[in-house]
Amino acid sequence: MADLISIIVAKYNYWIYITLMMIGLYAMIAKNNLVKKIVGMNIFQTAIILFYVSIGVKKGATIPILEHGHGGHGHHVVHAADYVNPLPHVLMLTAIVVGVATLGVALALAIRVYNQYNTLEEDEILAQIREE
Amino acid sequence: MSLQYPALIVVVPLLSALVISIAGWVNKRWCFPITVAALAVAAYSSVGLLFRVLDEGVIVYKLGGWDPPMGIAYYVDHLNGLVLAVVSIVALLNAIASKKSIEQEFPEKIGPFYTLYVLMVTGLLGIVVTGDAFNLYVLLEIAALTGYGLIAMGGGRGPLSALNYLYMGTIGACFYLLGVGYLYIMTGSLNMVDIAGILPDLYQSKAVMAAFIICMVGVWIKMAFFPLHAWLPNAYTHAPSASSSLIAPLVTKVMIYVMIRLILTIFTPEFSFNILAVSKPIVWLSVIAIFMGAILALKERNLKKMLTYIIIAEVGYMVGGAWLGNRVGMTGAILHIANDALMTLCVFLAVGNIVYKVKGAEFEDLQGLFRKMPFTMGAFIIGAISMIGVPPTCGFFSKWYLISGAIQAGHYGFMVALLFSSLVNVVLFFRVFEICFYEPFSDHHGHGHDRHPEPMDEAPVTMLVPLFIVAAILVLVGLYTGDIVNHIIEFAIPKGLV
Repeated sequence: MADLISIIVAKYNYWIYITLMMIGLYAMIAKNNLVKKIVGMNIFQTAIILFYVSIGVKKGATIPILEHGHGGHGHHVVHAADYVNPLPHVLMLTAIVVGVATLGVALALAIRVYNQYNTLEEDEILAQIREE
Repeated sequence: MSLQYPALIVVVPLLSALVISIAGWVNKRWCFPITVAALAVAAYSSVGLLFRVLDEGVIVYKLGGWDPPMGIAYYVDHLNGLVLAVVSIVALLNAIASKKSIEQEFPEKIGPFYTLYVLMVTGLLGIVVTGDAFNLYVLLEIAALTGYGLIAMGGGRGPLSALNYLYMGTIGACFYLLGVGYLYIMTGSLNMVDIAGILPDLYQSKAVMAAFIICMVGVWIKMAFFPLHAWLPNAYTHAPSASSSLIAPLVTKVMIYVMIRLILTIFTPEFSFNILAVSKPIVWLSVIAIFMGAILALKERNLKKMLTYIIIAEVGYMVGGAWLGNRVGMTGAILHIANDALMTLCVFLAVGNIVYKVKGAEFEDLQGLFRKMPFTMGAFIIGAISMIGVPPTCGFFSKWYLISGAIQAGHYGFMVALLFSSLVNVVLFFRVFEICFYEPFSDHHGHGHDRHPEPMDEAPVTMLVPLFIVAAILVLVGLYTGDIVNHIIEFAIPKGLV
C-alpha cells in the first residue's frame, strides 16, 4: 500500500498527463459533435506537451539562464544540476505551434463540413450521406 | 554543390512554397513552372545523393555546422538514399502529370494547391532525410497538415474525410511524439545514432519498451496498418486525383520507412526481434491486414476505392516483411517501398486520366475504355500486373523476396496471405479489364448497322507521357532488381541481421 501511494505521489505528473490524454481520447472517440472531437484532440496534444514540460523539472533548480553571466569573468563552471533542463521546453514550443496549426486546419475543415451539411453532428451528416 | 545536396532536398521545395504562393497572387501561370523546377532540383539532388552514397557510404550533413548530438544532422545512408530518390521522382512525375486535371478540377485554387504540394513534398523528403527523432515529428506534421488540405480541396465528401483523417493522423503523430519523449527521458538525446549508441545498456528497461511500442503504434496509425486503417479509404477516394496520386503512393510508404528506421537504426534488430519477442504476433496482424485489405477491396464498385484497399493490403506486406526478422524479408520490405510507390503512382495516374475524361471512377463509368483510352489503359495494365506480381514487372520481385523471407522464417501464414492477396488482385484487376474491354457503350444495341465505334478520346499528352515513364520504370526496376538489391539494399540492412 505504501508502495502504491509513493508511486502515485512521486510520479504524479505522469498520472496527470495520462488522465488528460485519456479524457482527450475519450472525447475523440465518443463525442458525436465534430467540434467536441477537435477539442478532445487539443486536450490530447496538450497532455503530451505537459508531459514534456514536466520531465525537464529538477528539484531545487533555477531557470536555465547563466548566473553572473555578464560579470566579465565568464569562465566559471556551469553546474547542470542547478538549472532545469530547457530542451524539453524548447521542443514543446515547436509542438505548441504544430498543435495550433492542427487546430486551425481542423476548424477550417469543420467550417467547410458545416457549410456543406448544415450540421456538425456526425450521425446527422452520415444520415445525409446515406440519403444521397 | 554536391556537398549541399541533403540541405537542398529540403530547402529548395520549402522556399519555393513561399515563391509559389506569391506567384499565385500575381499570375497563376507561374505556379506550375516554379513547382516543377523546385521538384526537379530536389529529384536531381536526391538521385545525385544516392550515387554519392553508393560511392562514399553514409553521408552526415550537419545543419548550420553544429555537431550532433547537439545540432540536427541529416544522415543519408543506402536506405533513405533509395527512398529519397523514389519520393522525389514520384512527386516530380505526378506534378507534371496532374497539371491538366488541376486546371479542370479547381482552376481558381492553383496557387494554394501547388504551395501545399511542394510543402508536402518538403515534409516527406524531410522525414526521410533527417537524423533527429524530434525533427522527424515536426516534418511528419508538416506532411500531414498539408495532406489534409490537399485532400479537402476536392470538395464533395473531401472535407469530412480529411477531418476524419486529421483526427487519426494527429493521434498517430502524438503517439510518436510520446514515444520520443520516453526515449528522451531514458537517453537524454534526440539524435537517432546517438540514441542507438546509448540504448543497449537500457534494453531491459520497461520505459524503453514502452517507448518502442508507443512509437510503433503511432507509426502504424499513420500508415493505416489494418485495425487502424479506417481513415484511409475515404480520404484517398474523395481527394482530387492530383492529390491522391501524390498522397497514395508516398505517405504510407514513407511511414513504412520510418518504421524500418525505428527497427534498424534507433532500436537495433537485436532489440526489435530478439529482446522484445513481439515479431510473431505482428506478422500475424499483418496477415490479417492482407486478408482484410483483399476482401474489402473485392466488395468495392469504385476503381479508386478498390485501389485504396489494395494499398492497405500492401501495407500489410511491408509490415509483415519487415517483422519477419530475417534479411530476406527485410530486403523484400525495403524493395517493396520503392516498387509499391511506383506502381501505386502508375495506377493512380491512370485513374486520374480516366477521371479527367469520364468524370468518375465507378465501375459503370469504365465501360468501353479500352477503345476510348487505349494508351491510358495500356499503362494501367502494366501497373495492374505489377500489383498482381507478374514478371518482369517490379511487383513480382519484391513479392518473391517477401515470400522467400516467409519461408525462411517458417511463417507459412504470411506466405499464404501473400499468395491469397495476389490471387485476389488477379480477380480485382481482371474484373476491371473485363468491364473496360468487353462491355461497350450500349446506346445503340440491337441496331447492328448504325453501331459505329466510340471515337477515341485520350487524355492529353502531358498526362500520358509521365504515365508511360512510370510504366517503363516499373519494368526497368523489375529488370534491374538484382542490381538494386546487391548495390543498395544489401548495405541498407545492418550486418547483424541474417
